Amino acid sequence: MKTFEYARAESPADAVRKFAPGAMYLGGGTNLVDLMRLGVARPDHLVDVSRLPLDAVEEAGDRVRIGAAVRNSDLAAHPLIRSRYPMLARALLAGASGQVRNMATVAGNLLQRTRCAYFQDVTRPCNKREPGSGCPAIEGDHTNLAILGASHACVATHPSDMAVALAALDAEVHVTGPGGDKIIPMPGLHRLPGDAPERDTVLDPGDLITGVELPAPPPGASLYRKVRERASFAFALASIAAVLDVRDGTVAGCRIALGSLAHAPWRAERAEQVLVGGPATGEAFLTAAEAELEQARALPRNAFKVPLARNLIVRALEELAS
Amino acid sequence: MNRVEGRVKVTGLATYAAEYPVEGVTYAYPVQSRVAKGRVRRVDASAALAMPGVLAVLSCEDPPRLATEAEGELALFQSRDVAYRGQLVAAAVADTYENARAAADAIVVEYDQDVHDVSLRADHPGLYRPEVVNPAFPSDTEKGDIEAGLDAAETTVDVTYTTPVLHNNPMEPHAALALWDEEGRLLVYDTAQGTSSSRDMIASTLGLPKEHVRVVSRHVGGGFGSKGTTRPQAVLAALAARAAGRPVKIALTRQQMFDVTGYRTPTIQRLRLGVDSDGRLTALDHTAYEQSSTLEEFAEQTAVPARVMYATPALRTAHRLVRLDVATPSWMRAPGECPGMYALESAMDELAFAAGIDPIELRVRNEPETAPDSGLPFSSRNLVACLREGARRFGWDRRDPAPGIVREGEWMVGTGVAASTYPAVRRPSRARVTMREGDFLVQVAAADIGTGSRTALTAIAAGALGVAPDRVHVELGDSDLPEAPVAGGSMGTASWGSAVVRACEALKVNGTEGVADTTDEVKQDARLARHAFGAQFAEVRVNAVTGEVRLSRLLGVFAAGRIVDPVLARSQFIGGMTMGAGMALMEETLTDEEFGGFLRRDLAQYHVPACADLPDVEAVWLDEDDGELNPMGSKGIGEIGIVGTAAAIGNAVHHATGHRVRDLPITPPKILALRF
Ligand SMILES: Cc1cc2nc3c(=O)[nH]c(=O)nc-3n(C[C@H](O)[C@H](O)[C@H](O)COP(=O)(O)OP(=O)(O)OC[C@H]3O[C@@H](n4cnc5c(N)ncnc54)[C@H](O)[C@@H]3O)c2cc1C
Ligand code: SF4
Repeated sequence: MKTFEYARAESPADAVRKFAPGAMYLGGGTNLVDLMRLGVARPDHLVDVSRLPLDAVEEAGDRVRIGAAVRNSDLAAHPLIRSRYPMLARALLAGASGQVRNMATVAGNLLQRTRCAYFQDVTRPCNKREPGSGCPAIEGDHTNLAILGASHACVATHPSDMAVALAALDAEVHVTGPGGDKIIPMPGLHRLPGDAPERDTVLDPGDLITGVELPAPPPGASLYRKVRERASFAFALASIAAVLDVRDGTVAGCRIALGSLAHAPWRAERAEQVLVGGPATGEAFLTAAEAELEQARALPRNAFKVPLARNLIVRALEELAS
Repeated sequence: MNRVEGRVKVTGLATYAAEYPVEGVTYAYPVQSRVAKGRVRRVDASAALAMPGVLAVLSCEDPPRLATEAEGELALFQSRDVAYRGQLVAAAVADTYENARAAADAIVVEYDQDVHDVSLRADHPGLYRPEVVNPAFPSDTEKGDIEAGLDAAETTVDVTYTTPVLHNNPMEPHAALALWDEEGRLLVYDTAQGTSSSRDMIASTLGLPKEHVRVVSRHVGGGFGSKGTTRPQAVLAALAARAAGRPVKIALTRQQMFDVTGYRTPTIQRLRLGVDSDGRLTALDHTAYEQSSTLEEFAEQTAVPARVMYATPALRTAHRLVRLDVATPSWMRAPGECPGMYALESAMDELAFAAGIDPIELRVRNEPETAPDSGLPFSSRNLVACLREGARRFGWDRRDPAPGIVREGEWMVGTGVAASTYPAVRRPSRARVTMREGDFLVQVAAADIGTGSRTALTAIAAGALGVAPDRVHVELGDSDLPEAPVAGGSMGTASWGSAVVRACEALKVNGTEGVADTTDEVKQDARLARHAFGAQFAEVRVNAVTGEVRLSRLLGVFAAGRIVDPVLARSQFIGGMTMGAGMALMEETLTDEEFGGFLRRDLAQYHVPACADLPDVEAVWLDEDDGELNPMGSKGIGEIGIVGTAAAIGNAVHHATGHRVRDLPITPPKILALRF
């Protein structure tokens, strides 16, 4: 592990000030420290933002504000989240293990990096880690990589469960940084890989996530469902966060976000468009799922994700409609 | 009886290899090959040697002196040839772990790269018949006429199964701490499953007299076979300590463990079976295709269990091996039996289904009177009783044999059964028992790799001496103690325990001390076929929407002689079954075809079962009174639990879905490829 300097930030402004070139912010460290051990992340400075006073979950009118340093376990257990956004609590609890969730922060969870095996191994090429070196996953192990929005340069997936729920909830990510403050609506925080897979998000160097704001929960029933071959403590093969509002047999509102299928949490906008205003029937759900997945481009070993995503969308909507 | 070492373990006082406090200790960190095949052209250590705290660099540029007998994975830095990606090609030694690692990173290795071949195929032109399979079984056996048997059969199956590369992944990483004294004697704290054999191997590799080497492994945090043979870290620590003139410690990372501590070979297995209209086998043909490295031949004995399982007029077993540009496979819990019985017991289920016979009934009908291959009588064999008892406990009689009919919402529910077996052999062992201030000191170079052998040997000695267990103290895990075989092959307790009992008997005669050597006694064992048997029952739920397979019930019934300690036994059985469940549903190391070596080299990617994967797992055993075995009447129990589990689960998946997945692990992608 490379030698680095460690500094604890006292306030968000202090954090941004301390962010020198080659610096990284440190949350709970459950992803960053792993990547440092692997030699994938090689920061010169660590600015510890895990103890900033950004640790509250608060009501703001009909909205809820979540501090960036709130731990995943605290967020999942918070009464406001459990009562108003149960889908978010479910997504959090489906992620990692109790121990990891106790350490992991909201900001760190959003910014955790892909679990692509090549990305995590510095002895192998990877465009995301070393731009221009190539993407061996496309010919090699891509079983758990993207079927949506991938590029020739990278087929990585974003592994977070929480981010999928946040995408479905139209959450806003609050950021401060050298260039001032900004608000980024989800799922806009994460980019598609395109020609620059080294960039996971739209954030600029030194940008600090200060919190996440949730608008009032959308009307209707909601769920989060995660698929994995091990019953616990495994990243998703695919996941879905869905909200469905049915009035008189007609879909009045619908939100669908898919996880582990793309470089970002994937809002299934095409499916949503097909559904809203139409009948809440199994047939309509299937048509919507297929409309969304028309854009899927599977590789030999991840082709299973297409029927999986289709089944998940249809089944989730059926469940919410009943 | 509570575990003798329980207190020191839960209070953190148990000392493992990397934890011995040693004055002036330094650290070694290895450099691993980045090519899968080729030659090391040049190793440039100049930058590394100039770094702070760096004491030495080892590589093939200046090969450290080893004995000419040094070979295979242990002949470190002796050749410029690279046999696989991840092989150790150099190492840095420094005052701290961090400095050693930084220096290792700064060592520049240049290669002349060749085209590699890392893919096992059943039609590989390099396949050959090994002379023997692990440890010394004939590669091929043939009795009767297979083709005639198949022709005469009423029902046949001809099926091929594949299993992936699997890794043991003990909790404690492989580690070693080596110290030389002024007289050139070497002490190695190693993570060894056997200190006597580790001492012998280190001595012969370094060209030292045995008496100059001592290996100590008081506590070992799991091994499953991966610490059963001496691994490179022990030799590297010794070489590094010699080069640096200081004690050297090395603890492998989890990723390095995947590369250099052995693994289970992937297998491709073809089974051809036939039964007549009475459900009696007419032929059994089992061929296993496997890999080894170009460094060493290790041929897993995958088709060997077929030699003891069923009565058949025609029985053929064969192994074919290909040497690839891969690391050398080695022992993983129940080598041979585990992958072999997966395939055989899956094929038996397919045969039962094809013939319309209950799978338990098929096995019962083909119960042999003597060992099918050797013709030897069994010392005891209670497979049928295990199947019957399991059927009773599991509710087998309520099972509708038709597959794909029980559905609960999204879940398809099915049950399956498979037989299990493992040899019950002994190796010669020595032991010494001494009277000390009214207590008894038992000394044997046994190993406690987390199984509780200290506790078992305490109970065995107390029983033999007729005293309370708290008056018996067992000392093990040190090659200076009376020589003993490894904790492996499920023969540890039987081998060490026999010597301990004989030593106790001698003490009773002598009054103060008893020593024993069971070499002659063990020679008599060859008169009989000695095996433990069991039956595994699984209930699975397969999700039609997601392809997820959940194991809702797992039951193992075993007949393994007298159970020395029920608490320890239960954890061995359940531990084995859990590992078998992992094999069935998730465990898989990927071979990197493009670059060579393995992918997914950590526990976030190589999944082993979590508690949530086994909500209901139970192991029970039958009373088996077998006076032929050994003074304890015991059979080994460390491995049988993993044998047959994967088949029972795969058979249950078939019962649930009506489809066979013949390629482990049975993951959602494979289920989603089926049509229900
Ligand atoms: C074994 C294992 C299994 C896991 N399984 C799952 C799973 O199933 N589902 C799942 O969703 N996750 C899973 N995780 C991932 C886990 O959720 C993340 O590691 C965790 O959320 C990261 O949070 P952290 O606070 O520890 O981030 P860190 O590791 O501290 O940081 C992660 C990244 O965020 C940046 N960062 C941190 N805080 C800020 C900030 N305020 N502003 C800007 N940048 C910041 C860091 O610079 C770094 O790049 C798993 C992790 C492990 C180790
Ligand atoms: S998919 Fe992306 S992260 Fe994985 S190897 Fe390719 S470029 Fe790297």
